[in-house]
Amino acid sequence: MASGLRMEETELRLGLPGGGGGGEAEGVKNSGKRGFVEIVDLKLQLQTPVGVQEAAAEAAEKVRRSPNHDSIVSCGSDPEKPSPPKAQVVGWPPVRSFRKNILSVHSDKGRKEEGEKSSSLAALVKVSMDGAPYLRKVDLKTHRSYQELFMALQKMFSSFTTGDYGSQGMSGREFMNERKVKDVLHGSEYVPTYEDKDGDWMLVGDVPWEMFVASCKRLSIMKGSEAIGLAPRAMEKCKNKC
Amino acid sequence: MTEDCDGEEQDEETRRWSPGQGSSSSSRGGGSGASASSPLKTRCVRGRVDQPPPFSGLVLENVLENVLQFLACRRDRNAASLVCRSWYRAEARTRLELFIGNCYAVSPARALGRFRCARALVLKGRPRFADFNLVPVGWGARFSPWVASMAVAYPWLERVCLKRMTVTDADLALLARSFSSFRDLTLICCDGFGTPGLAAVAELCRNLRVLDLIENDVEDEDEEVVDWISRFPETATCLESLSFECVNCPVNFAALEALVARSPSLRRLRVNQHVSVGQLRCLMVRAPQLTHLGTGSFETVPAADGAAELDVAELESAFVASKSLVCLSGFRMVAPEYLPAIYPVCAGLVSLNLSYATTTAEQLKPVILQCHNLRTFWVLDTVGDEGLRAVAKTCKHLQGCQRLRSILYFCQRMTNAAVVTMSKNCQDLVVFRLCIMGRHRPDHITGEPMDEGFGAIVMNCKKLTRLAVSGLLTDKVFEYIAKYGKLVRTLSVAFAGNSDLSLRYVLEGCHKLQKLEIRDSPFGDAGLLSGIHHYYNMRFLWMNSCKLSLRGCKEVAQRLPRLVVEVFGDQNKDLDSDAVEKLYLYRSLVGPRDDVPSFVKIL
Repeated sequence: MASGLRMEETELRLGLPGGGGGGEAEGVKNSGKRGFVEIVDLKLQLQTPVGVQEAAAEAAEKVRRSPNHDSIVSCGSDPEKPSPPKAQVVGWPPVRSFRKNILSVHSDKGRKEEGEKSSSLAALVKVSMDGAPYLRKVDLKTHRSYQELFMALQKMFSSFTTGDYGSQGMSGREFMNERKVKDVLHGSEYVPTYEDKDGDWMLVGDVPWEMFVASCKRLSIMKGSEAIGLAPRAMEKCKNKC
Repeated sequence: MTEDCDGEEQDEETRRWSPGQGSSSSSRGGGSGASASSPLKTRCVRGRVDQPPPFSGLVLENVLENVLQFLACRRDRNAASLVCRSWYRAEARTRLELFIGNCYAVSPARALGRFRCARALVLKGRPRFADFNLVPVGWGARFSPWVASMAVAYPWLERVCLKRMTVTDADLALLARSFSSFRDLTLICCDGFGTPGLAAVAELCRNLRVLDLIENDVEDEDEEVVDWISRFPETATCLESLSFECVNCPVNFAALEALVARSPSLRRLRVNQHVSVGQLRCLMVRAPQLTHLGTGSFETVPAADGAAELDVAELESAFVASKSLVCLSGFRMVAPEYLPAIYPVCAGLVSLNLSYATTTAEQLKPVILQCHNLRTFWVLDTVGDEGLRAVAKTCKHLQGCQRLRSILYFCQRMTNAAVVTMSKNCQDLVVFRLCIMGRHRPDHITGEPMDEGFGAIVMNCKKLTRLAVSGLLTDKVFEYIAKYGKLVRTLSVAFAGNSDLSLRYVLEGCHKLQKLEIRDSPFGDAGLLSGIHHYYNMRFLWMNSCKLSLRGCKEVAQRLPRLVVEVFGDQNKDLDSDAVEKLYLYRSLVGPRDDVPSFVKIL
């Protein structure tokens, strides 16, 4: 019946290797300054003398401030590092999320061929939000910090928030501030929580980012009033673990 | 506006009354002769009073309908409907399958009002880039208004196929309750529903023949999982196809096995990865008549009761007994020791999908060397060049790629020479989608942009209708596409081009262009405006992270009143900023939709 939707004829499809989109050594680019950045990019493929490195970092910074970079989440620009950092991009490569998860499952079973490939695979977790009729999935590996994650979550659920959730210049760092979290809990703002590997619900932001990515099974953005009970438990757990 | 239903003008003249109209005259290959209530009765119930035409005109229209019922292709039907009013009406009465490529191009009321006798609906919603998280949650494309309207207008509805729509459990329940002849449900890349909805369909659609769930995002909150497989009627079923690979929760295997055992018409079965290879064997034994099999995990799960693992020979004998298998897929986990079990069916296979299996060349070769009749092949590049050579050597219908019609290829790097070779060897290509995953990657040997490779594709593959480009690309490649890609209908662009020239070339040169999706390319208002003459002929244009501004988008909206121009994007952007992050524009007969979320602005 769906003859218009799929190719029925001879077809050859070759898909992603186990490593997904890893191994990119490029700076962030999405601006009209094409010529300059292009040269920089090509140079980055080879040796990276410090001068070029700084220029790349500078270019990356400039591009970050331009208005149309939103699809590119971030590019940390640390001139000290020997190679340019990876830039993670929303929806690239264009592979549906369920396939990314499949590949990471394969890798978990020990079939991967290169050790570092598993670290670039997706860490897809479901995100639900109080009052939103739809679940969403977010790939934790595409973010490098809580701040980035919060920005992405806000974009994802922008139609449902009242605008209190981090939009008035409340940065991720402020959000993580213990006092601020407690203040938020008393209000009607939304609070991100997550279910960890033990099945406990914790407040997002308590543990170092990498630890969070490794242990987070799913996210839930709760109304502040409902999340009140979590804070003491989170503290307890932290104490027990540390 | 002549391509699809969604682009055609609605004739507002009074509806015709025709006594010859009824189910008897509209039966064709797919429809059943003994269908539910006739359309004529329904119209009377709704109280429409129409002017009967002069007798001679009536006879002519009846004759015309009897002829038009043989016209299946929707493009031919669109053309026929434009001949004159009489043909328009006759065609409207005899169209059995309603294809709507963009659910917002037309309203349920208009579509159902024109085509009163349709038995099947194919409906597409979100733009394709939604698959890659580029369309925010809650954007739209809900099935609810459609199913609600059809429940009233199409009580005889038999088939529904939805792609990228949001379908709720309530929608599925309403569908299951409302259509007593309902037989085929296909959901592709949809979301919003879970096992409760599936349970309703299983339980209430007594004539269900097809339930195909393909790549949907199925809700599986632990607390709400329902044993939907158990809800099928306990008597023999008419099931012909059951696909649930995308349902992530385990199904009740005993119930599944019993269902398969009492479904003598079952030809296509695709199970999810929770079905072990041992369970698969049980199912195959129950249904040796299968033509299409999705194998699930294809590995053993350690049994809780310590039962012995499945013997490969036992599995192989199940495949030996499945003499009709032509299409094999699944292999979600594939334990390599079980792969040889499929040898007995390889010679008969027309389609093999290993795209979830990290098969090596060594594992693939003995399989592929027997697949002489393969027409469709999916594989991961874990098979390497050696694996592909084995494919090319054996599969004559793919061989030397001469007869290849469609290529979808992901790679880290590529050369122009390789793409040029592909273009010369596969001149019959209809679809060419190459994704060089490194953004802006040039030819890794010459360092040049990939313009020449893609240029060769459009030059040599004269039947090409769908193209996706990638790698480092300048305006030049779009000049080639505009000059040679005269049949291209769908074009996907990412991280490409230097300037507005690229967009101008394409919009001015590709006369058949229907769907254009662009991301992260430096195209601005000038490029956008160059398509004004063509947007009414297109299904949609999508652009994100380009260089568009509100000014340019507004101008398009003003100059083309039948176009819906949606802009949306980042809430955090400066209030001064005129920049548009995401643009989605499409022709529509019904103007701005009424279910716009707060983050979307319609200009």
